[in-house]
Amino acid sequence: MIALDVSVNGVRYSREVEPRLLLSDFLRLDLGLTGTHVGCEHGVCGACTVLFDGEPVRSCIMLAVQADGHDLRTVESLASPTGELNPLQTAFRNAHGLQCGFCTPGFLMTLTAFLRDNPNPNDVEIRDALSANLCRCTGYHNIVEATKLACGRTLP
Amino acid sequence: MPAGARYLNARVVRNEDARLLTGRALFVDDVQLPGMLHVAFVRSEYAHGRITSVDVSAARQRPGVAAVYTAEDLGAYLKPGPILVSPPPIPGLVFHPCTQLPLAKDKVRHVGEPIAMIVAESRYVAEDALRDVSVDIDPIDAIVDLEKGLAPGAPLIHEHLQSNAAAHVVQRKGDYAGVRGSADLIVRRRFLYDRGVSAAMENRAVAVQWNARAEELTIWDTTQAPIPIRNGLAQMLGLLESQVNVIAPFVGGGFGPKIMMFYPEELLLPWAAMRLNRSLKWTEDRQENFYATTQERGQVHDAEMALTKDGRILGVHDVFLFDTGAYDPYGLTIPINTQCTLLGPYDIPHYESEFTAVFTNKTIVTPVRGAGRQHGVFVSERLLDLAARELGVDRVEIRKRNLLGPDRFPVNHEIMFQDSAPLIYDSGDYLPTLEQAAEMIGYDAFVRDEQPKLRAAGRHVGIGVACYVEGTGIGPYEGARVTVEPSGKVRCATGVGTQGQGHFTVFAQLVADALGVDVEHVKVVTGDTREFHWGTGTFASRGAVVAGSACHAAAMAVREKILNLASAVLNVPKEQLELADGRVFVAVEPDRGLSLGELSAKANPLRGAVRPGTEPGLESTAYFGPDRGSTASGVHAMILEVDAETATVEIKRYLVVHDCGTIINPMLVEGQIHGGVAHGIGNAFYEQLVYDEQGQLLNASFMDYLIPTATDVPSIETAHRETPSPYNPMGLKGVGEAGCIPTGALFAQAVEDALAGSGVEITEIPLSPNRLFELIERAKEGRT
Repeated sequence: MIALDVSVNGVRYSREVEPRLLLSDFLRLDLGLTGTHVGCEHGVCGACTVLFDGEPVRSCIMLAVQADGHDLRTVESLASPTGELNPLQTAFRNAHGLQCGFCTPGFLMTLTAFLRDNPNPNDVEIRDALSANLCRCTGYHNIVEATKLACGRTLP
Repeated sequence: MPAGARYLNARVVRNEDARLLTGRALFVDDVQLPGMLHVAFVRSEYAHGRITSVDVSAARQRPGVAAVYTAEDLGAYLKPGPILVSPPPIPGLVFHPCTQLPLAKDKVRHVGEPIAMIVAESRYVAEDALRDVSVDIDPIDAIVDLEKGLAPGAPLIHEHLQSNAAAHVVQRKGDYAGVRGSADLIVRRRFLYDRGVSAAMENRAVAVQWNARAEELTIWDTTQAPIPIRNGLAQMLGLLESQVNVIAPFVGGGFGPKIMMFYPEELLLPWAAMRLNRSLKWTEDRQENFYATTQERGQVHDAEMALTKDGRILGVHDVFLFDTGAYDPYGLTIPINTQCTLLGPYDIPHYESEFTAVFTNKTIVTPVRGAGRQHGVFVSERLLDLAARELGVDRVEIRKRNLLGPDRFPVNHEIMFQDSAPLIYDSGDYLPTLEQAAEMIGYDAFVRDEQPKLRAAGRHVGIGVACYVEGTGIGPYEGARVTVEPSGKVRCATGVGTQGQGHFTVFAQLVADALGVDVEHVKVVTGDTREFHWGTGTFASRGAVVAGSACHAAAMAVREKILNLASAVLNVPKEQLELADGRVFVAVEPDRGLSLGELSAKANPLRGAVRPGTEPGLESTAYFGPDRGSTASGVHAMILEVDAETATVEIKRYLVVHDCGTIINPMLVEGQIHGGVAHGIGNAFYEQLVYDEQGQLLNASFMDYLIPTATDVPSIETAHRETPSPYNPMGLKGVGEAGCIPTGALFAQAVEDALAGSGVEITEIPLSPNRLFELIERAKEGRT
C-alpha cells in the first residue's frame, strides 16, 4: 500500500492505496464520486475525463498514486453547493446536449478546460476539442450547439 | 389531449438533465453495497472447440476469492436460455431454436463465451484469478463465412442439426415469376451489408442484493426490459415475482443489445448472490463488450428488381443469408425486419423474399438500432439507383414515380411483420416528404448547375436522396400509473426502461397537459419493478408510442377523477370546471377552486367513507396495446466530396425530413435523429467488425473499431412532417431508430454519384477509405 495525499474538488484526502489502483476506481470506489464514468478503460472514449491540475486527463489510464500531491476536479465540482447548474451545464440542458448522459461528465470536463483556454472558439475548434470524447447518442450536433451557447453565442 | 395543452409539440428541456449533468444520476456500476463482492468471467479464447477440461482449483485457492463456478457447479440451473421472440406464423417457416447456456459445457461456439465465474473481494482480485483458471479446448474449424457455413461437410456448430442453417423463410406477395417476363428492365446485383456493435458508452452491468431476512432479491441491471427480466428470474430461481425487484436506473445507452434475455451474467449473479448470501456486482469491460454483448452483422443479398421502361417497379426478388451468430435466442426479428422494410415507401406489387439464417462462430446477433431495416433499405434503394442509371431517369424522379400515394392507406403488404401481425402501413404522406428533402438540399439546382462546374474543376462532389419507412410502436402493451400526491406533485410510473430517450420529460409532458400542471412537477419513474410491474420494455421505437399512450390514458383517467370529485366538493357540474396551474376551478369564476394537492387529500380521507364505485386517492392505472405498429417514414439527403486520391470522404451537408406522426417534443425528436444519423455514418464508413478465419475478432477496442467523433459527423439539418397514426389516440409514431436506417444506402448513392463516370459501383456497406480506394483502383483497372 502506498500513501496518497490528494485534493479532489477542493477537499484534501489522505489514503493508503494499492499501487495498481486506477485513478478512476479511486475516485469512484474510494471517494464515492461516481459522476466520473468509465466507458472503455483504454483511454479512448473520454467518459472518465477529470481535470488534473486543471488539465483534462483520462482517469482510467492513470494510477491513483500518480495523483499524489495534485489537485483534481471532477464533474461533481461544477454545480454550486446548492445544486445550481453552472453556465456550461445549463447550456447542455438548454441545447439538449445530452441523452443517456453517460459520456456527459467527460465532455463537461474536457470543455471546462477548453473554454477556459479558448473562450471564443469557432465551430472547427469546437469540433476539434470535442473529438477527444465519444458519444453514441447525440451525434454531437447538440453538444456543439451547447458549447456555442456556453460561449454566449445564441442558437439559430 | 384537453384544450389548451401547453406541452405537446413544445421544446421542453429535460427533467432528468440536472441529475445527469451533476454526476448524481445512478448508473448500475455506481451501486455500492456493504460487503459487496465482485465478479469476473473466464471466457473462451476459441471460436469453436470442444472443452476437454476446466481446472479452477488454483483460482479457488487464491486469497480474496470467495467462489468459482463452472457449468458443473450450476446443477439444475444449467439450462439453455429462452427464445425471446417466437417466429411469426409464416407458412413453411423453418426455425431451429438453439440458445446459450449460462456457462459453456462440452463445447464453445464463439470467442468470449463464458466458461467460469469468479467471485472475489474486488474486481482486481477477480481478474487476477482469471489467470489461475486453466481451460483446455480442442479447436474445431470455425464457421465465419455464411456461404462456407452452408457448404456440405462444413463443421456443425450445433451437432444435433443437419446443417448450420438456423432458419429458412419465404414470404411472397403477388406473382413475381409471372410478372418478370413482362419487364423492360431487370437489374440484379449481389449486395453485402455488414453492421457492427451498438457501442453504448456504458457497458453492461449487473448488481445484486439478496436480503435473506426479507427473502427479497434486488437486481440493478442495465437492461432495456426490467419486467421480463424480473419475471424470468423469479421463475428460474423459484421465487415469487413479488420477491424479485429489478431496477434499470439510468442506463447509458441501449440501442438494442441491452434487451437480450437472458445474458449469462444476468442469470448467474442473482443465483450466486443467493448461494453466497452476499451482494455481488459485475461490470463488463469494453473488450468483453465486443465479445459478450450481442451485435448485428452481415447479410448477403442476391436481389433483382423488375421495372417498366418508364421506371415503374413491377416487382422485387431477393434471396439472402443472415448471420445469426452462435445461437439464435432473438428468433427472426432482424431478417423479417429486413424482408418487410425492403418494400419501403414504394408500390411494389410483386415481391418474393427468401432468407436463410446461418449459425456462425461469432457473438450472438440481436437487434441493434435499425434492426435489419438498413439491410432491406440498402437493397431497394441501390436497385432503384441502378435502374435509374440504366433507364436514364433521374434518381429523385424514379422514386417519385413509385411512391405509394396518400389514397392507398392503410396499405396491406400481404406479408407478416416481426410482431406476428400483417405488414400494414397505417398512414403516410411520402411524396411531399421527398419533395421537401429535394428542395431543402437544392437537388435540382445542384445537379443542373453546381455539379457540372465542380466536375469541370476536377472535384468529386456527389448528392444522394434516399427514402425509408420504419415499422415502430409495436405491441403487445405498456401501462402506467399516475398519482396526484397531497403536495400537488404528480407521480407517473411506467414499466419501460430508459436509456437516454427523454422519457422523464416526454411522459411528463403528456401527463402535465392532461392535468394542467407544470411539467417539472411530474416525476416520472421508469424501469423499476417495485413501482410498476406490467409491461415489456424499450425496443422497436415503441417507448413514446406505447408507454406514452398509456401515460396519457392514465392521466386522462385521473383527470376524470379530479373533475368528478371537484364537482362534488365545489357543487358545480364538472363540465364547468377547468384544470390549470395545478388547480381545478370553475371556469367562469377562477378564484373558486382548489389545488390538486388539496383535492388529493380530500380523496384520501381519514374519516367518512369511500363510497362504493369510487377509489381512494387521485390515482389511475391504464394500459395501451396496439394491434399493430405505426409506420414512420422519412427522406435523407446529403452532399459529400470524395478525394479520389486518398478516398477520404467529407460530408458537406446532411439533412433529414421525417414523419413520426404527432410530435411530443421536437427538440428530443431531433436529438434522436442526430444520434441515429451518426450511428448510420459510423456504419457506412467507419465501423466494421473484422473477424479472421478462426473467428477471432481482430479489432475489439475503440482504438481499432472506430466510432465516429465530432469531426466525422456533420451538423444535421432536420425538418418535421406530421402524419398522425390512426392506431393510437394521439397519433404517435416512433423515431428512435429512423436516423440510422437509410444512411448506408444514401452514403453509397452519394459516393457513387461523386465518382460518376469512374465506373465505381457501390454494392456493399461498410465502406472505409481503404475499401473505397480499392474500389476506385479496381474500376480504373476495369477501364484500361
